[in-house]
Amino acid sequence: MATDFIGKPSKRVDGLKKVTGQARYAGEFEVPELTHGVVINSSIARGKIKSIDSSKALQLEGVLQVFTHENRPKLAWFDKSYSDMDSPPGSPFRPLYNEKVQFNMQPIALVVAETPELAQYAATQVKVEYETEPHETNFDSQLKSAYVPEEFNSTPPPEPWGESEEQFKKAAIQLKEEYFHPSQHHNPMEMHASTVHWEGDGRITVYDKIQGALNSQKYLMGVFGLAKEEVRVLSPFVGGAFGSGLRPQYQLFMATMAALELKRSVRVMLSRTQMFSFGHRPKTLQRFSIGASAEGKLQSIIHETYAETSKFEDFQEDVVIWPAVLYKCDNVKLSHQLVGLDEYTPLDVRAPGGTTGIFALECAMDEVAYKAGLDPLEFRKKNYSEMDQTKKVPFSSKELMECYRQGAEKFGWQNRKQEPRSMREGHQLVGWGMAQGAWEANQKPANAKAILSVDGKLKVSSATADIGTGTYTIMTQIAADTLGLPLEDVSFKLGDSSLPEAPLEGGSATASSVGSAVKAVCQKIQEQLLELVKKQGNTDFAGKEVEELDFKDGQMSLKDQPATAVSITELMAQNKEDQLQAEISAEPAKEEQKKWGRYSHSATFVEVKVDEELGTIKVTRVVSAIAGGRILNPKTARSQILGGVVWGIGMAMEEYSVMDNQYGRFINHNLAEYHVPVNADVQEIDVIFVEEKDDVVNPIGAKGLGEIGIVSVAPAIANAVFHATGKRVRALPITLDKTM
Amino acid sequence: MEKNTIAPISKEKVTLTINGKEQQLEVEVWTSLLDLLREQLHLTGTKKGCDHGQCGACTILLDGKRINSCLSLAVMHDGADITTIEGIANGEELHPVQQAFIEHDAFQCGYCTSGQICSTIGLLNEGKAKTLDDIRDLMSGNICRCGAYSNIIKVVQEALERSRTA
Repeated sequence: MATDFIGKPSKRVDGLKKVTGQARYAGEFEVPELTHGVVINSSIARGKIKSIDSSKALQLEGVLQVFTHENRPKLAWFDKSYSDMDSPPGSPFRPLYNEKVQFNMQPIALVVAETPELAQYAATQVKVEYETEPHETNFDSQLKSAYVPEEFNSTPPPEPWGESEEQFKKAAIQLKEEYFHPSQHHNPMEMHASTVHWEGDGRITVYDKIQGALNSQKYLMGVFGLAKEEVRVLSPFVGGAFGSGLRPQYQLFMATMAALELKRSVRVMLSRTQMFSFGHRPKTLQRFSIGASAEGKLQSIIHETYAETSKFEDFQEDVVIWPAVLYKCDNVKLSHQLVGLDEYTPLDVRAPGGTTGIFALECAMDEVAYKAGLDPLEFRKKNYSEMDQTKKVPFSSKELMECYRQGAEKFGWQNRKQEPRSMREGHQLVGWGMAQGAWEANQKPANAKAILSVDGKLKVSSATADIGTGTYTIMTQIAADTLGLPLEDVSFKLGDSSLPEAPLEGGSATASSVGSAVKAVCQKIQEQLLELVKKQGNTDFAGKEVEELDFKDGQMSLKDQPATAVSITELMAQNKEDQLQAEISAEPAKEEQKKWGRYSHSATFVEVKVDEELGTIKVTRVVSAIAGGRILNPKTARSQILGGVVWGIGMAMEEYSVMDNQYGRFINHNLAEYHVPVNADVQEIDVIFVEEKDDVVNPIGAKGLGEIGIVSVAPAIANAVFHATGKRVRALPITLDKTM
Repeated sequence: MEKNTIAPISKEKVTLTINGKEQQLEVEVWTSLLDLLREQLHLTGTKKGCDHGQCGACTILLDGKRINSCLSLAVMHDGADITTIEGIANGEELHPVQQAFIEHDAFQCGYCTSGQICSTIGLLNEGKAKTLDDIRDLMSGNICRCGAYSNIIKVVQEALERSRTA
């Protein structure tokens, strides 16, 4: 039995449940006397509800109630009651608050009935009349009213340095271009759902689709004035989220309101169409002015971003910091402005801002490389940065050069011909493109609890989430590895608001934050075990510290002295300890971390084949080389990157939420019209993890992998399409009409 | 107007064999096979991802053929034999396709997994897939938003190999 699990390709510990259909998601929990709610959404984008006539729906046998702004219960008064752990600055939307309509598909009523079919039918029987006001959803026409937000909750664009305007004018090579990508929706496979179990006495247990059960709990306490003991939120399994579950969505409000009012259990599951009625990746228009010397050395970068937001919240992401993270340049100016529209507030979507900003940046840099007559990879080496210019600090680690080297070698980049349209196979134009990327490697405070029983079973818990990322598995590995126990004897619990506090699962920070807490809490147990053995008078361990010990195979020993080994369970039994317990709060070493730029890095190499006559584009090969610190589990880590690459393909080629400005509504609101990659869209993907040691990012040295996999994929595809066709497509998605 | 005076829908009796067990059921005629499984029988392993036949999460085996259970009304299938994800394993022993999904890490969030597994078995039953491109095409009715396609393909390839040598 070997118990060193960190770095090993363990199978998912929740795999069995997932392949047998036993994993239960928010809308699947069986509760007694369940009723079903269906939400009615507004059909206008701005105005007032003149009247809602529910009488026909209420006539139907089995319909319990139709909730509207007119008969809703008393709700909280202040904005802060509606804000959640991921609210941007502004006034959060309040469902059913009053007659005002602020965006199209705004939830305006809830029909509750004994069966889901009946609720759905009854919803069609509710008549709504509106007083329509003119809405503004046209991004292009509203650009003129773009503004700098008063408050930044993302990284504010760093102050300009150098003389970017002057240096741009003087530069031998000048690029001035605009890049655009449309709004995109998360579309996790599981639609948002909440099952609220009415427990009696005003207490509820809520199963919610959320990336942090505590956020839903906090929200419900705020909005409905519930005490902490009155509401427990569970989310043991989340059927994908990609950011959609960072904020509590309106099905949670609706189901809870109805349960509290009807004193019955209620489930509300949104439809796929309704999955287009809340947050999305905001479209951005990005303007670049880049100046370089004739030899291709960067002299000036000006990056301006315009991003959509709602009229009630200033949603922001880190779009413009990436030139300062990825390139060395002495003259830089970055700005981020918002365009307020009559739509729901955008929301973080996988690698928010990074995916967006790095797409435009890396396409622009490819253009500059071509102007300088440089191979795109050479160009990046030439302008390689050893410093995080956003804070003017060095990197805690940056094995990007190694990503270039291993990625290029695997891909066969040295066989590339620089000239566009110079490589072909029959009637297929072959294009090879590359791009680089980075993503923040943050650690946030997190708590964890551990209980080691005398039978050798270890239970560890934290109120974090597993949205498919592998949290269950890697936390089990870290705990088992730290205490030297078999994986089967370790269980990790998450997705429960009653567990020790953890941050939202987002920003690729879970492995880093919760992983550090799990390690630390298991180290606390180590200390307790050491105390026990000392108490027994075992002289081998006298005066020793835990750092001098090995924990493996269920035993504790002095490092490199196997003869001193003591069985952990025997030790506990001898000391009559049924269980050892510890709870800990793991805080990041902020002062030290501040001195460093902390990022994961990627280099992506892509081959596309474009049919010369038909314009059809296939992404035939992707090599993704990642520097992500320590890899805790190569199997689940690889899956994270594969997923990121697939998302990049979707972003580059398919995903486009089309705003119909006449109605102010996203019109392609289903999976037949909003295209995401299917199996046939995905061909060869190679994932490389380069070795990278980092003691600064957190005690376990892992940087998080949920987002670094996507950021440089779309630009690498766009650059490959240019190499294949000679056409620069600067507006995503790259559909065949744009290559003709 | 009076409250709760109209009964909107009628019920019919059907007999279905679900995961090897014959069941007499009374279903409302507007209930889809998917909602029957999930809401009435609590077989929630079959997933609802769109309710429009666009995602494949609700794939089940109906008389050995893979279908989208959201696009079919329960009342239409009197006498049918249905296998859902809950009936794929042989007791404690996993079906080789289930085992391979774990080995190859062919899922992340797990929400499309039941459908992918049923679809893989349905594809094997069809016997149409010969090449890698065939597999990719014939598995394209099952969306995996986590993007586990490369790993799913490995499972299907392996299963095809097995069925050829069996």
